[in-house]
Amino acid sequence: MADYSWPEASKRRYIGKSVSRLDGPLKVTGVAKYSYDVNRSGMLVAKILRCPHAHARITALDTSAAESLPGVKAVRVIQGVGSEIKWELDEVATVAAETEEAAEDGVRAIQIDYEVLSHFVTEEDRASAPDQEIAREETEGDPAAAMASADVRSKGYYGIAAITHCCMESHGQVCEWEGEDKLNAWCSTQAVSGLPGQFADKLGLPTANVRVITPYMGGGFGSKFSADRWGIECAELARQENAAVKLFLERDAELAVAGDRPSAYAKIEVGAKSDGTIVAWSSETWGSGGISGSRGSPPVPYVFQVPNRKQTHHSIVINKATARAWRAPNHPQACFLTMGALEDLAAELKMDPLDLFLKNVSITGPRADTYAEELEVGAALMDWRRKWHPRGDSGRGPVKRGLGLGLHTWGGRAHQSNCEVVIFPDGNVEARLGSQDLGTGTITVVAMILAETLDLPLDAVNVRIGDSRFPASGGSGGSTTVGGVTSSTRRAAVNALEQLLERVAPSLGVSADQLEAVGGRVQVKGNPARSLSWRQAAARVGPSPMSATGSNPGPGKLSDSGVGGIQMADVSVDVETGIVKINKVVAVQDCGLIIDMKLSESQVYGSLIMGIAYALCEEKVLDPVSGKMLNPDMEFYKLPGIGDIGELVVHMMTGPEYDKRGVIGLGEPPVISTGAAIANAVANAIGVRVPYMPVTPNRVLEALERGGAA
Amino acid sequence: MRAFEYANPTSIQDAVRLLGSNEGESAVLAGGTDLLSLMKDYIVTPGRLVNIKSIDELQGVSYDSATGLSIGAVATLDELAAQDSVQTHYPALIQAIDGIRSPQIQAAGTVGGDLCQRPRCWYFRRGFGLLAQMNGKSMVADGDNRYHAILGNDGQAQFVNASSLAPALIALGAKVSIQGVSGSREVDLQDFFQTPGSQGERENVLAPNEILTRIMVPAASGTQSATYEVREKEALDWPLAAASVSLTQNGGGVGQARVVLGHVAPVPWVSEKAAMALQGKAVSRESAERAGDAAVEGARALSRNKYKIQLARVAVKRAVLRAAGMEGS
Amino acid sequence: MNKERKEEHATANVSRRDFLRGGAAGAVTTGLLQRISGAPSAMSGHGVEGPGALSMKLRVNGRKHRVELEPRTTLLDALRNHLDLTGAKKVCDRGTCGSCTVLVDGKPVYSCSTLAIEAQGKDVTTVEGLGTPERMHPVQEAFVDNDAQQCGFCTPGFVVACKAFLDQNPNPTLDQINTGLGGNLCRCGTYAGIRPAVMQAAGVLKGGTNG
Repeated sequence: MADYSWPEASKRRYIGKSVSRLDGPLKVTGVAKYSYDVNRSGMLVAKILRCPHAHARITALDTSAAESLPGVKAVRVIQGVGSEIKWELDEVATVAAETEEAAEDGVRAIQIDYEVLSHFVTEEDRASAPDQEIAREETEGDPAAAMASADVRSKGYYGIAAITHCCMESHGQVCEWEGEDKLNAWCSTQAVSGLPGQFADKLGLPTANVRVITPYMGGGFGSKFSADRWGIECAELARQENAAVKLFLERDAELAVAGDRPSAYAKIEVGAKSDGTIVAWSSETWGSGGISGSRGSPPVPYVFQVPNRKQTHHSIVINKATARAWRAPNHPQACFLTMGALEDLAAELKMDPLDLFLKNVSITGPRADTYAEELEVGAALMDWRRKWHPRGDSGRGPVKRGLGLGLHTWGGRAHQSNCEVVIFPDGNVEARLGSQDLGTGTITVVAMILAETLDLPLDAVNVRIGDSRFPASGGSGGSTTVGGVTSSTRRAAVNALEQLLERVAPSLGVSADQLEAVGGRVQVKGNPARSLSWRQAAARVGPSPMSATGSNPGPGKLSDSGVGGIQMADVSVDVETGIVKINKVVAVQDCGLIIDMKLSESQVYGSLIMGIAYALCEEKVLDPVSGKMLNPDMEFYKLPGIGDIGELVVHMMTGPEYDKRGVIGLGEPPVISTGAAIANAVANAIGVRVPYMPVTPNRVLEALERGGAA
Repeated sequence: MRAFEYANPTSIQDAVRLLGSNEGESAVLAGGTDLLSLMKDYIVTPGRLVNIKSIDELQGVSYDSATGLSIGAVATLDELAAQDSVQTHYPALIQAIDGIRSPQIQAAGTVGGDLCQRPRCWYFRRGFGLLAQMNGKSMVADGDNRYHAILGNDGQAQFVNASSLAPALIALGAKVSIQGVSGSREVDLQDFFQTPGSQGERENVLAPNEILTRIMVPAASGTQSATYEVREKEALDWPLAAASVSLTQNGGGVGQARVVLGHVAPVPWVSEKAAMALQGKAVSRESAERAGDAAVEGARALSRNKYKIQLARVAVKRAVLRAAGMEGS
Repeated sequence: MNKERKEEHATANVSRRDFLRGGAAGAVTTGLLQRISGAPSAMSGHGVEGPGALSMKLRVNGRKHRVELEPRTTLLDALRNHLDLTGAKKVCDRGTCGSCTVLVDGKPVYSCSTLAIEAQGKDVTTVEGLGTPERMHPVQEAFVDNDAQQCGFCTPGFVVACKAFLDQNPNPTLDQINTGLGGNLCRCGTYAGIRPAVMQAAGVLKGGTNG
C-alpha cells in the first residue's frame, strides 16, 4: 500500500516552514473578488424590511406602494399579517430593485403596522426571566463533603456579555439561475460543500443543481454555516425575476441577527487544601443565546477536572435572534468563569496562580504534561517569576500593573474531506476541493502539501477551492479544516504520483516502485542520471489529464485532535479612570504538526487580538426598555484598533513529539483563554476582581469602589 | 438614504437662500462624516443638501498675533492641526484634534461640522429622538444610560454633546459667526449650544437657514491650555469624558482660568466653579484635584453612569496639570 | 475569479458594468440608471441638481468615467456598483471601520461617507490604483510579506490608509503607527502583521532596501 505518512522532518521542503499566503497579492490589490464583490450582468439588488420591535405581531402590511416605485422589480413577504415576531430586526419582506437606492426606497415604501408585545432581554436577572429551563445538572464525587473539608474556599460572581461575530463581509450572497432549475450562488459561507443541500431542500431542487461558489470570504467565525432565510429569499427573487440578485445584510442586521456568542453568568464556589490542591467545585451558571435559550452550556469547571464537583446550568430565553457557533463555542465563557474562580482561589490561598495551576496540572487530563511544559515556556517569555506580585500593585501612582493567566483546550478533529489532484499533460498540477479559505490559509496549506508530495516548486501547483462542484469537503468550523484538507490532499497527491510513476516506469525501464519524484524531476531512486523532467514525465499521462482522489478519513494517520495552550497577560490599569491597557500577551500553543509556521502564528496573533477585543471592548447591548440592540454599529460595538493590542508574543510548540501526532486545527484554541488571562491580570493589578467582561472603565471603577487594595 | 436635491453654491448668500426656512427640509453638507450616517439611518431626511465646501469665504485658517485665530467653518481638522500657530498657541485644540483618532475623519471632517454634529446618544441614533422618548416617556432613566449625561441633565435632555473641539474652543474664548438670509451675527461659542427643553428643539441656536461661517479664537499668548480625554481605545473612539482648560499664570498663581467639560452634558459644560477653584493659587496636584471636584459638584448620576462623575473629575484634574506643564506630577 | 469575469464578458447582452469594464475611458452609460426619485422641490431651486440621476464625471485611478448617478449615491457605491471597482469594501457604511478608504486628492477618506457628486473634479485613487498582483506597491508587498491579512476584507482599506499614513510619516515610529492608523478596524486581528508591514514599506519607500 502507498505510504501516506508525513515525510520525516529532515526531508520536508515546505511543511513547517514559513510560507507567505499565496492569495495575498490578490487580496492586497483588491483583485480578489469576494461574494459581496460579484457584479453580474443585469443584476438586481435586494434589501430587507426588518421588524423594529423585539416582540410584536404584524397587524397590517401593504406592499403596493413599494411595488409601484420606479426601479422596484419584486416585493416578497416573508412574514405576513398575523405573524408573531420574536426578535428585533427579524425579516419581514424583501425588495429587489435595479439599484441599491431603489431597493431601499422600496423597503421604506412598505406600509406596516405592529401590535407591540412585551419583551425580555435582560437575562442576567434570571429571577425575572419568564422562560427558562435547566439545561445541565451534574454531580461528580461528593462536592458537599469535599467543600466542607477544604481549608480554603473562594466564592464569586462572574458574568460575560454576549458578543457578535461582526464579520467584515456581512452575511449574504448573489444568486443567479441557469434556466429554470439550476442555481448558482456566490455565498459568503464557511460551508461551500454543505450549502447546496440546504438551498436545494428549500427550493425544491436536486442538490446537484445548486452550485455554491466562494473563492474568498470575509470572515465567519462560526456564523456562516447556513443558507439562511435571506439566502433562500435571494434565490427566490432571482428565480422570480430571472435575474441575478445580490443580497447582503446591512451592518445593523449583521450585528443584531446574524449570530452571536451566548452570555454566561455564574455563582461559583471552589475549595482547596492549604497546599493548593483543588478538591471541590460548585457552580450555578446561566445565560442566553436568544430565542433558543443558551445553546449548550459553558463546560465548567474548564480544563481542571476537579474531582468533586457539581454544576447546574439554566438556559434563559430572551427576545433576540438565535446565537450561532462563535469561535470555540462556550469555551471562552467557561474559561473566563473557571480561570477567574481559580485565580480568586489563588488569591485566597496567597499563592501565585502559576503555582496553583502547576500544582493541579494533573487533573487537566491527557494534556497535563504539555500544559506543564507550556506554563514554563510562557513564564519565561513573560518573565512571570520576576514580574508577578500578590494581588494589588503596591506601586505609587494611578497606573497599576498586573499579570494573569489562563489555560484552554480544544479538539479540532479533522473533518471529512475529499480532494482531487489532476496532473495535466503539460505538467500543470491542480488540487480541487470543495473547501473554503476564511483567511486561515486553506489555499496555501493545500498548495504546500501538494508541492511537498510531488517535490515541485510552490508556483508549479495550482489550488482551486471555493466551488461546490469540486470534491466535497467539510465546513470550516471547530478547527477541523487544516487537518481535513491536508490529509485528503496528501492522499490524493500520493495516489496521483503513484499513477504517474506507473505511466513513466516503462520509459525509464524500471518498475514504478523504483521511481521517485525529486526536485521537479522523476528519477530512478537515487540515480538522477536516469530521470525525466516533470514536464516530460507528465507528457506520458497521455492526451487527457490524469486524476486521482484522496479522502479524509482514509488510510494512514495524518491528523489528530486535542490540544492545550496557555496564555499570560500583562496589563496596566489606571485606577482613576478604569482604563485597561494591554502591555503584553504571551501565547504558548500546541497544535501537532504545523504546516505553515507563518500562517499558524498569524492565527494565534489574530486570536489574541480577538481575545483582547472581547476582554476589553465588545458587548452586544440590548435595551431593557425597547428590547432593541443599542449598538448595531461599529462605533459603539467596539473593536480595538492597531494601537490597543500591546506587544504580542506567540510560541508554537514544535518538535518530534508534537509532529508525530499529525495535523491539528488551530482556529479556535488560541482565542479561548485570552479574555481569562486579561481579566485575571486586571484583578492582580488592582487587587480586586472585576467580575464582568468586557472589563470596561465603569466596571473597573465599580469594583474598586466595592473594595480593593488599590 | 432618502433621495435629495443637491446644490453646490459658491457664496454664503446663495447657500442660505438654498437652505429654505423649514426645519429638516434641507441640510448643510460639509465633511459629511456625521450627516451621511444620520441620513442613511433616516434620523434626518432632508430633501435638499447644500454643500458649503465650495464657498471661498468659509475656507482657511489664519492667525494674527493681535486678533488671534480665524477658522473657516469648512477648514478641515487636519488643516487646522497643521497650522504652526495652532501648534504653538493653542495646544488644547491640537490635543482635541489628536483625540479624533482617524486620519480619514481628520481629512474630511470640518471644524464647523465638529461643532454642529449631532449627539451620539444611541436612543437618538436608533430613532427615538433627541429626548429619547417612547410613548411620550424618556427611555434613558430605565434604559442603558452608561454613556449619558451627568451634568445639566435635570431637564428632559440626557444626551451628551459629542463635539471634540467645542470644549477646547470655549475654553479658549471662541466666538462664532452665523449668517442667515437677513444678515450675520456673532455669538460666544458657549452660547451657540443649548439644551433642548422639548421635542422639536435643537441642540444649537442655528435657524434652518443659517450657516455657521467662522470661528474666532482670541490671541492666546501667555495662555496655557490643554485637553484631556478619557477614551477606552487608542483607535477612533468616543471619549467617555473630556475636559479642556485654559489658564494664565502670574507671580501669584492662576489669573484667568476656564474649564470646559465634554461628553458629560447636553452642551459643552462650562464649569465656573472649577475655574474659581484654580484662580489665585499656584497650580498643584491639589489645586487640580480641587478643580476636578468642583467641576462635578451637583452632578447627577443615572442608574449606570456614576463612573462618569469620576472620569469627569479626573479629566479636569489631568487637563489642568497638562495645561500647566505638570503632567505626571 | 478571472474565469468568472470572462464568462461575464462573453454574455450576449452587454450590461452597464460590462460596458464600463470593457469599454474605453469616458464611456457614457445613458439610459440604464435614469430614474426620477421625487418631485422637484418647492424651495428655491436655482443651481440645484437631482434628486434623479444625473451625469457625473469621476476620475478614478487616472481614468475618466462618466456615470449616471443620483446625488445620494456615495462614492463607495459608485465605485463598487457602477465602476466595478470592488477593492474598497462596504463594511460599517457609517464612517467608522475604514474598509472603504480611498484617496481623494491624495488624502485618505471614507468613501462611504463621501458623495460621488462631491468627488467630481478630484483625483480618486482606490487600492486597485496602487498596484497589481504582478507589480505591487511597496505597502502591498509588505502586507504580503508580513501576513498582514487574514480574510482580507479590511485589507484594501488598510493598505490605502497605510499608504496615506506613510506619505505623511515617512519615518514612522511604532508609536506613530499605533496612533496614526486608528481609522481602520480589522476583525481577524491582523494588526500584529500590519505594524511590521508599515515599517518595511517605509524602508522601501525611502529607497533603503528593495523588499
